[in-house]
Amino acid sequence: MSDSPPETQTAESLEASPRFAPAESRRDWLGLVAICSALGTFVVALIGALRLPMPSVFPESQSRMKLGKPDAFPLGSTTNLKEASVWIVREEDGGMYALSAVCTHLGCVAMREEDGSFLCPCHGSVFEADGAVVAGPAPGGLPWLELSVSADGQIVVDKTRTVAPGTRLMLETKPV
Amino acid sequence: MPDAPTKPPAQQDETRRERVGGEGRHERRAGDPGAIRDYTRNLLRAPRAIRDSIVRHGAPTSDRARSQTVTSNFFLHILSVRIHLHSLRFSTTLGLGVITMVLFIILVITGVLLMIYYKPDVNEAYNSMQDIMYVVPTGRFMRNIHRWSAHGMVACVILHMARVFYTSAYKKPREINWVLGMMLFVLTLFLSFTGYLLPWDQLAFWAITIGANIAQSPREITDALGITQSFDVGGAQKELLLGAHYVGQEALTRFYVLHCVVLPLATALVIALHFWRIRKDGGLARPAERIPATPPGERKAAGSSKTWGLMAVVPGKTPAVDKELANTVPAYPNALYAIAALSMLTVMVMLILGYFFDAPLTEMANPAVPENPAKAPWYFLGLQELVSYSAFAGGVGIPAIVVIGLALIPYLDREKEEPGRWFSGRDGRRVAIYTAIFTAVVTIVMLALTVRYGWLRNWYPDIPQIVITLFNPGTVLVAIFALWSVATVRRTQSTRYGAIALFTCFIIAFVIMTYFATVHRGPNWEFYWTTSDWPTH
Ligand code: HEM
Ligand code: FES
Repeated sequence: MSDSPPETQTAESLEASPRFAPAESRRDWLGLVAICSALGTFVVALIGALRLPMPSVFPESQSRMKLGKPDAFPLGSTTNLKEASVWIVREEDGGMYALSAVCTHLGCVAMREEDGSFLCPCHGSVFEADGAVVAGPAPGGLPWLELSVSADGQIVVDKTRTVAPGTRLMLETKPV
Repeated sequence: MPDAPTKPPAQQDETRRERVGGEGRHERRAGDPGAIRDYTRNLLRAPRAIRDSIVRHGAPTSDRARSQTVTSNFFLHILSVRIHLHSLRFSTTLGLGVITMVLFIILVITGVLLMIYYKPDVNEAYNSMQDIMYVVPTGRFMRNIHRWSAHGMVACVILHMARVFYTSAYKKPREINWVLGMMLFVLTLFLSFTGYLLPWDQLAFWAITIGANIAQSPREITDALGITQSFDVGGAQKELLLGAHYVGQEALTRFYVLHCVVLPLATALVIALHFWRIRKDGGLARPAERIPATPPGERKAAGSSKTWGLMAVVPGKTPAVDKELANTVPAYPNALYAIAALSMLTVMVMLILGYFFDAPLTEMANPAVPENPAKAPWYFLGLQELVSYSAFAGGVGIPAIVVIGLALIPYLDREKEEPGRWFSGRDGRRVAIYTAIFTAVVTIVMLALTVRYGWLRNWYPDIPQIVITLFNPGTVLVAIFALWSVATVRRTQSTRYGAIALFTCFIIAFVIMTYFATVHRGPNWEFYWTTSDWPTH
């Protein structure tokens, strides 16, 4: 709605100006307000309704798992935590890392082959022993998971925290 | 009552009685036997009165009464009173829309029955499925019927879409009904997908794990752009679907609600709109009048407005007899009996399938060990093949392009032509056949090359994922098909033939991909000539 004084208006804009139909224009305006508030109400209600199914707390079952004392993992061993689909590798120098076997393609569990590589049964992605992808549709390598030592000296793996590949947990190699 | 004095008292009484429901209670005194008499009479007449309150016209013995039945019955009024002969021909519809509707109704009924015993709980679901299979009377039968009807509905929706397309029944004014149809297509697929999880067996668990991760696959793009931290559509979609980061109780609850409440209601609503649109669009699409003016076995009617006698139905005093009604017949019995026969046939086929073939129930879901091969139901296997090239391209990108592309067809091809003719005539049929051959060759060659030589990552192991996402056998095929249909538009100077080319590409590629993934993909998604070549464990 134009607020400029009538004298500055051209004939054309005068014709288009709602001032010449004051009653009508007020009705238009009220109608517009009604429509906008109805739409606004609808949108707010919709957002509110859609917000509910978007979880803010996740029911993750034990994402941190205590695995026992380091001795449970002899040097040069590879251990499969079957329930969690995690492989724990302890190298000869005592360094330790955890590899998630959950395929980065669509979440199947990759199987460890004889030669240490991983093969995903769902669409045939192949990963090297350190998790790097070498074939198939997986967009990335198998994730390395964070390892730490708890206060009571146990190894702890956290399934929800990844670390850069190559990040190992060094434990002093005292003979058992 | 201003006219009371002019009427004899008896008649006045009668009028009055009518008005207050036969009681006339103010004129009566205690002890008067009249009310009791009325009461007894009403009691005796109640059955007829109840019937008359439901059926407001005579028995459907005359054309007139049958027409009134059609207009006044809630379920029948989705039909118009008279239906065009062309719409009744089997070759027009192949009965597919009706069969789809019947399957949906069967699914609702058997689904509600299954709900009586099914428990949507991760610890109970599988056991309750076993109960349904082995303990509940007729449980296995109902489950089988439910399963086969679901497969049948998906197949019929696709076939129905193809028939609507090839008879150019999507053209103005039916564009929006085509779009509603696309919604039904997507809803049907989502119904199947959500239902797949409920048995909570291995098949279910891994199919939904894969499906949910497909929802997450836009990360392939956001990762490449480095914006996943701030703008994670993929992650949000997966969380919304599963309510968690893995398939568990939250996911089961959500899928249960979607499968048993949200999606069936949405589907029923859109089906209602779909049918209403058919009525509003003047019945089914049909070519201009060609059929001899008097249908065989119909009373000679043209020119006589009396014969129709449907003033209640056709507005105005002179119905447009010659124009619109000449080749029509009453919907009751013609269309009604055809629908009834189709329904019985559909039910019969489902009963037979359900009786002889059991729906599968594999072992209970085990999140530690995937099925190998983990195959989706047949109608998703083509997609699974595409997904095995790239999760995003095959699972989100290409399906979105296909669905949007199909929905846009009526808006891109606006050529005026007679609808209701298969392939729009001989030239269109030729375009369809050439395209089918072309698509078959291209698709098979592409699959063979991929199986034989692999794809980019096998040659350049360090190639960035985004290159594979954008450039893989699936996207290459889509590009070839798009070019082919544009070339067809140029060659034939017709958008309709271009549309025929595009749709045929889609259908043939879908069929070949589905066949290929069903038969030739085995454990580890490797190629095998037959299932008997699969390694045994
Ligand atoms: C739940 C799924 C569906 C049901 C129950 C359904 C039902 C029907 C029925 C009963 C008809 C009457 C004619 C006939 O039997 O062929 C019809 C016509 C039609 N359908 Fe569907 N349909 C479904 C899905 C679709 C889909 C996926 C499309 C296309 C994308 C579609 C587009 C149309 C159109 C445009 C017509 C009008 C055809 C004409 O005028 O000749 N429908 N539908
Ligand atoms: S889920 Fe591993 S290759 Fe598809």
